[in-house]
Amino acid sequence: MVAKGRLFGPGAFNQERIVLATAIAIFAVASFALPGFFTAENIVTIVRSVSVLGILSLGMAVVIIGRGIDLSMVAIMAMSVAAYLQLLANGMSDGAALALVLAGVIGIGLLNGFLVAYAEVPALFVTLASASFIFGYVRSQVIGADAVPVPRAHWVASLGSVQFLDIPIEVFIFAALALAMFLFLRFTKWGRFVYYAGDNPVAARNAGMPARPMLVLRYVISAMFAFIAGILTAASLHSMNTRVVNSTLLYDIVLVAVIGGIGLSGGKGGVRNVLIGAALTGVLLNAMTIIDIPLIYQNLIKSTILLAAIIFDGLINPRDEQTAQQGDI
Amino acid sequence: MSFRERLQSWRYNLVPDHLIGEILSKRWTDNAIPFLALILVVAGFGSVIPGFFKPASLQDSTRQLGEFSIVVTGLTVVMLGGGIDLSVGSIFALATFSSVAAFFIFDLPVWVAFLAALATGCVFGAINGYLVGFLRLRAFLTTLVTFIIGRAIFDILIVNYGAAVQTSTASSDTWDFIGDGTLGGLSIPVIGAAVIAIFTHIALTRSRIGWHILAVGGSRRSAHNAGIKVKRTIFLTYVFSGLCASTAGFLIACRLSGAGPGTGLNMEILALTAAVVGGNSLGGGRGSVAKGLMGAVIVLVMNNGLIRLGYGTGTNQMVIGIMLAIAVTIDIRWLKNRHKVLNEVYVAPIYLKMGAAQSALPGSGTPFALNNAISQTDYIGLGALEGPEDVILDRDDHLYCGTRHGEIVRFFAPDYRRSEVFAHVGGFPLGLAFDRDGNLLSCVGAMGLYSITPDRVVTRLSAETRRSLTSVQDDARLRDPNDLDIAPDGKVYFTDSTKRFDAHDWALDSIENRATGRLLVYDPKTGATRTLLDGYHYLNGVCMAHDGRSLFVAESWACRVHRYWLEGPKAGTAECVIRDMPGYPDNINRASDGTYWMAWLGMRTPSFDLSLRHPGFRKRMTRRLPQDDWLFPNINTGGVVKFDESGRVLGTLGDLSGRSHPMVTSMREHKGWLFIGGILNNRIGRLKLDGADPRWTGPTSYWGERA
Repeated sequence: MVAKGRLFGPGAFNQERIVLATAIAIFAVASFALPGFFTAENIVTIVRSVSVLGILSLGMAVVIIGRGIDLSMVAIMAMSVAAYLQLLANGMSDGAALALVLAGVIGIGLLNGFLVAYAEVPALFVTLASASFIFGYVRSQVIGADAVPVPRAHWVASLGSVQFLDIPIEVFIFAALALAMFLFLRFTKWGRFVYYAGDNPVAARNAGMPARPMLVLRYVISAMFAFIAGILTAASLHSMNTRVVNSTLLYDIVLVAVIGGIGLSGGKGGVRNVLIGAALTGVLLNAMTIIDIPLIYQNLIKSTILLAAIIFDGLINPRDEQTAQQGDI
Repeated sequence: MSFRERLQSWRYNLVPDHLIGEILSKRWTDNAIPFLALILVVAGFGSVIPGFFKPASLQDSTRQLGEFSIVVTGLTVVMLGGGIDLSVGSIFALATFSSVAAFFIFDLPVWVAFLAALATGCVFGAINGYLVGFLRLRAFLTTLVTFIIGRAIFDILIVNYGAAVQTSTASSDTWDFIGDGTLGGLSIPVIGAAVIAIFTHIALTRSRIGWHILAVGGSRRSAHNAGIKVKRTIFLTYVFSGLCASTAGFLIACRLSGAGPGTGLNMEILALTAAVVGGNSLGGGRGSVAKGLMGAVIVLVMNNGLIRLGYGTGTNQMVIGIMLAIAVTIDIRWLKNRHKVLNEVYVAPIYLKMGAAQSALPGSGTPFALNNAISQTDYIGLGALEGPEDVILDRDDHLYCGTRHGEIVRFFAPDYRRSEVFAHVGGFPLGLAFDRDGNLLSCVGAMGLYSITPDRVVTRLSAETRRSLTSVQDDARLRDPNDLDIAPDGKVYFTDSTKRFDAHDWALDSIENRATGRLLVYDPKTGATRTLLDGYHYLNGVCMAHDGRSLFVAESWACRVHRYWLEGPKAGTAECVIRDMPGYPDNINRASDGTYWMAWLGMRTPSFDLSLRHPGFRKRMTRRLPQDDWLFPNINTGGVVKFDESGRVLGTLGDLSGRSHPMVTSMREHKGWLFIGGILNNRIGRLKLDGADPRWTGPTSYWGERA
């Protein structure tokens, strides 16, 4: 759970507030210092760019809160949509292609979850391997080139141009998903169980919670969120470039989750932390782009911040020698 | 013997089922699956790809293999220490750039370029080591992030200085030789990889730091408690991995004379897959350099083979993903279930048919008839003792016994109320004997034969004998030294009850009933231990005959007593003197009237006797039932049996109430009293013997009056 800090005095400086304050500070400084930052257009751009990242982070968050991690999200996002678009291009009907790809996405989620929950393989290895497999399988067996375009006049293409009150649709989708995730984590039984399982998996299991099916469910959720994020990416770019799998997007997702205050040791954090983490990351990325820092330097900066965040996370959530398992790497 | 039983005895006594368990408990069986995979992959691709084994083709692939396996060796060491290093790909790339930059841009000599690469790896590894070792961050995520940082730095460097490298005119014969030359037919990377592999193997298996790494990987907490500097050890593994990756980076710099965006790409997942596919365990402690090398060959052959066969982009990632997932799953499952599999198959019962026993029923009139004689004894150390397997008294009438906690406790004469820990040995001290000089010798379960001087100095006399030629499991080590006695010439005759089970698993040995008990002799003059008899069903008590020319030895699970001749015409042979007793014999000791006392640890039951003739039944029992439901020998009733030199049984003392001495494992006569011990008892009993010599003591009987 999020630590309940007071507004002032000791305890006011929890990670969440520091990050929020930093985000506001960067936003304020950038608004004054950077021409074109504090414009309605740019703010929409920020929110829009954050939406996809935020959706991915929501999926990642639910896995991390349950003491796991999903390194296959970007691969699922890119490759599922690429496969979907390729199937459409090959002449398959929309319904059949969507059903097939959805089945594949859920199947990968189930496979990840099964290997983690029932075979008890560490999540990092499972998802690292499945990421490699998904990319390799779709790239070599399904699609012919790195990028697959969205067919003309397809609903995915038109989704990209839907706006409501001058705000692009993905912002609303992100908001809706965030609300749904909030309700799930806060008000449903299985949502509460995620925290218990993440805080102490053995105790959760001994208390009679269906720990393993819940674990599988979390990986299916993260796979589904990745697919939605992929559809929105394709909608705004009108194609799906599978090279994104080799980019640092995956680490941006982890960055959002960790920087927002979702401890990697599980059991901590919530949707609010994702929103705060996404806000800071979005402002930061946008500011760097406006300053015109080349992408390779941006990567260096982002990864250094991520390292700092992980070190910070390690310092405030030190690993417990009693509950840490041998081989928990 | 019926036909069915004959078949049973052939099936279970001639087919060596027990070898399956013994082979499975060998560490090298872990290598079997990766080795098989290695053969399959090399043979598979070798036969599909034309010219795979041609020297030119091999020359090229082995260069790559050399570099790759150096990286994998470094990663293996990190994994053995319980960590993981995903940043090897960036270290490799950065080191390549360092040496290329030093050589081409700054025009420095080759050795400086090499040092530049090593320095890069060392610094990068030290950062990883500091974060993971000292700050105790999660190895996987942390090195994943340092991997991205390293990659980002590399990309920046390549963009800015890549052109300068390409336009440089620097050249050197040494540089080209490292890149292209061969030494005795072998390329430099292969030689480098071999040297590093051998060095690492020796360091891991034979040096202090190597053992520390394995200990930390095996159990971090225990290593810390044992005083190993855990954090520093982990730090060093990452530095070593960094050095390995940078050496490989230098070699590829020489080979390709440049660095590009593709340098070291996907290296981390390939190296990780190689290390895991080879059979190195995640979480540390189990693995070896050889496993890493096997994995390296498998992964590289697979990777290059798929490219050579012309499969498109992505196929490799797909195959690597599958291989990694399967290897990790097998590793986790095998590690988790190995002991279960072993438990399932280890116990391999044999067929044994014992003859019908004379009745031990009270009032049956046989010499074995039990009475209630030892149900009323004076208790010594009641509740303060746990597991006095053997008891012995010295010349000053003090009483000694071993305990479950690895201590020898001494009770002071005359009332035996006060006690002290005479010595702490460890293990579980079982049989006891005094030698001529008053040293107390003990067979310590799970440890060996030990001697304790009157001023409490503990020395190990023997812990191993010669290994037998046909053994799979090392039977040189003494697993269950049980009882001993000392001949007039000072030689120590002692038993090692079983080769198959550890001392505390003696009940499993009773169910298996395989004849692996041994009689050994330790010669204090030479310090050597020899095996005299082998292949008995749990050899237990040993007692030197009164004349010192032969000894009696009890064979517990066959309910027999043998006489082993030290001198005379039958010297070196054993003959059975008592067979088919109704109880399971334990220790044997001298009695004051020239006869012998023998303890019974339990009684035969018709049901267990029957099960001994149905090994299949016992096998199913150990596999399908929880241990609480197993059929064991009855150890709720024991006794003390007296027999004479010829093996004639004179009488039996029992405890029908089962309260004082249900299970008797030893007894010692001293000045007209009988002292009774039991391995599962919490007391020693003292019983006044009618008509016994009130001056007779053990030390006097063995070594004469005090000098």
